[in-house]
Amino acid sequence: MNRRTLYLICIYVMWALMGLVLAIPAAVYLLWPPRPRKEQEWTEAGTVRELNVGHPSEIVFRKNRVDGWKVTSEKSTAWVVKKAENEIVAFSPQCPHLGCAVHWVAKKDEFLCPCHASTFSIEGQVLTGPAQRPLDRFEVKMEGDTLLLGPVQRSSEEAAS
Amino acid sequence: MKMLQRRLVDWIEHRTGLESAVKNFLFEEIPASSGWHQVFGSVAVFLFLVQAFTGLLLAFNYAPTPGDAYNSLKYIVTELTGGALIRGLHHWGASMMIVVVVLHMAQVFLYGAYKKPREATWGVGVVLLLLTLAYGLTGYLLPWDNRAYWGTVVTTQIASKAPLLGPYVSRLLGGEDSIGVVTFARFFALHVLLLPPVTTFLIAFHIYLVRKHGVAPAPGDTRPPKKFFPDQVFKDTLAIFAGFILLFVLAVAVKVPLERLADPTDTTYIPRPDWYFLFLFQILKSFEGPLEVMGSVLLPTMAILALLLVPLLDRGAAKQLAQRTIAFSFIALAAIGWTALTVTAIVTTPEPVTGSAERGTAVGGWQQLSPEALAGIGYYRKEQCESCHNLTDGKAKVGPNLSTTPIKRSVGWMVGHFKNPAQMVPGTSMPPIHLADTQLSALAAFLLTLTPDNATDLESAPGKVLEGAMTYQQHQCGTCHIVNGVGVQLGPTLNGVAGRRSKQWIEVQIRNPKRHSAETMMPAYNLSQRDMDVLIEYLTALPAQ
Repeated sequence: MNRRTLYLICIYVMWALMGLVLAIPAAVYLLWPPRPRKEQEWTEAGTVRELNVGHPSEIVFRKNRVDGWKVTSEKSTAWVVKKAENEIVAFSPQCPHLGCAVHWVAKKDEFLCPCHASTFSIEGQVLTGPAQRPLDRFEVKMEGDTLLLGPVQRSSEEAAS
Repeated sequence: MKMLQRRLVDWIEHRTGLESAVKNFLFEEIPASSGWHQVFGSVAVFLFLVQAFTGLLLAFNYAPTPGDAYNSLKYIVTELTGGALIRGLHHWGASMMIVVVVLHMAQVFLYGAYKKPREATWGVGVVLLLLTLAYGLTGYLLPWDNRAYWGTVVTTQIASKAPLLGPYVSRLLGGEDSIGVVTFARFFALHVLLLPPVTTFLIAFHIYLVRKHGVAPAPGDTRPPKKFFPDQVFKDTLAIFAGFILLFVLAVAVKVPLERLADPTDTTYIPRPDWYFLFLFQILKSFEGPLEVMGSVLLPTMAILALLLVPLLDRGAAKQLAQRTIAFSFIALAAIGWTALTVTAIVTTPEPVTGSAERGTAVGGWQQLSPEALAGIGYYRKEQCESCHNLTDGKAKVGPNLSTTPIKRSVGWMVGHFKNPAQMVPGTSMPPIHLADTQLSALAAFLLTLTPDNATDLESAPGKVLEGAMTYQQHQCGTCHIVNGVGVQLGPTLNGVAGRRSKQWIEVQIRNPKRHSAETMMPAYNLSQRDMDVLIEYLTALPAQ
């Protein structure tokens, strides 16, 4: 190996190393998800006593949403169904089809999406399409008489009836 | 395979001429005397590219308005993987770039490489040095922390002192009265929109001029010229590589400061510019009164003019390096002067006042707190301050950790801050707290007793007791009773009441004091059962004294 070849190898190796050392952190920085800022948060969403068994009611509450470097407190709603004294289900109002807000039609005993007329039973199961999966549910916890809502759990396709 | 590659290169060459352009660039002839002393220009260009790259990455997650700027930078540094490294590279890269540009200039100066016909190359180089300093000046404000804010206050004040032009310059920088959103927007626009294209153009022009006139040979060098590639390219690359390793180590090992959010009302902050401007800062301090303009404007302007005029003043024939004694003495004088000024500036920086010393007397546990401060913990929880602040160590949140951040404020200032945070701390994203004045001063009282030592204990105060303290404060029990030494001695001191009376007795005493003693001064309080329960819970939790 003469001096020229040695120089060439050194030049290529050094530039390749510097390129990698810059490119890898840059890729990680851009592609890696941010570290979660806080543990899962429970939001107070009213009292259980005021709910009637078998009648979904729309509960409006405020919850904190992390948006990059901001935490915004925003209004959120949930359709809450009391199945028995100690059994509460809270549905996300977002239709699993394209995200319109569903509402309860008391006359027909079903949730209706106004966009494409998907309907869901009081259990959240799809009655008529185009929605492919049941309504998503909030995680629910009760502390005494207070209803606490956690994050929304995405329903699975298999559960569709 | 080899043939396919050849055909591909030929195809590209035929359409773009790239191959011959690269070859033309690399196989340029340079004097045989070229060598290690000429690597600094390449290192400076490399550092400029690193600055552009890391700056772009930072901009992907940076919101260029005060307040948001600080929060987004904090987000970059604490929540994004690799964010701290990229900010470190950008921060230290800026310092290194100034060092390398000055070294490059010193080398050219020592060797007399600015002489005819290379005067224009030198002039463009001087402008590039000024642009490098302009990056440092404008970039310093962008984190919008206390250091950035106060450092920029000093520099815009200096600019405003220029004769004739001063008011216009400070109007252009948006810093006529104070520094705010306008100055910030202008500095940001200069730093990322104006300076980079201008610098890129001037670097290209500078290199074009170097190529046009050829690298300056040592006088009397009659050896045949050599090729730029690979001999000199290897030397340049090795120098760049060494610089890069140093930069990387700095970025990883030395934490770049991010102080608290810029606070224009902070009278205790000692503003200092970044290290490379300290000598100017020190010159300024040596001139007082009407002479101040000497230090702030005249001297720097004359220095810049002198630099630009160097090739016109020194027009003698090229000399050997060893014979350039005047150039050597200039460099030595400049180095000594700069070092002396910088060291003086560092040594004379006063010690910052530490916050903890000015805090109220540290209180051990929550049982020892005044009812007001204890009620303050209650309001702290009720208003969910903990969604943005930490009291103890924990995951970083939007707001500062309240036990470790020094609070050097009056209760009045804090109440004003709670009511309208942005008025006291421009750019803060803290929402106003909607509580009555007495409740806000309770919150302030709590925060003023908070130290890193008692934070855990205060945070553990039971909820019922806090509600009780809030009830106690709301009904102004302290106008007749003393708790933990705070209050008025009309009625009995309430410490240790649990040892003297039963809960039932206390409840009767509050609801209907006349039943225990007909002459009592105490009015009856018709509290709700919940308020009564928590108040008694609080009173019976008080320590005996």
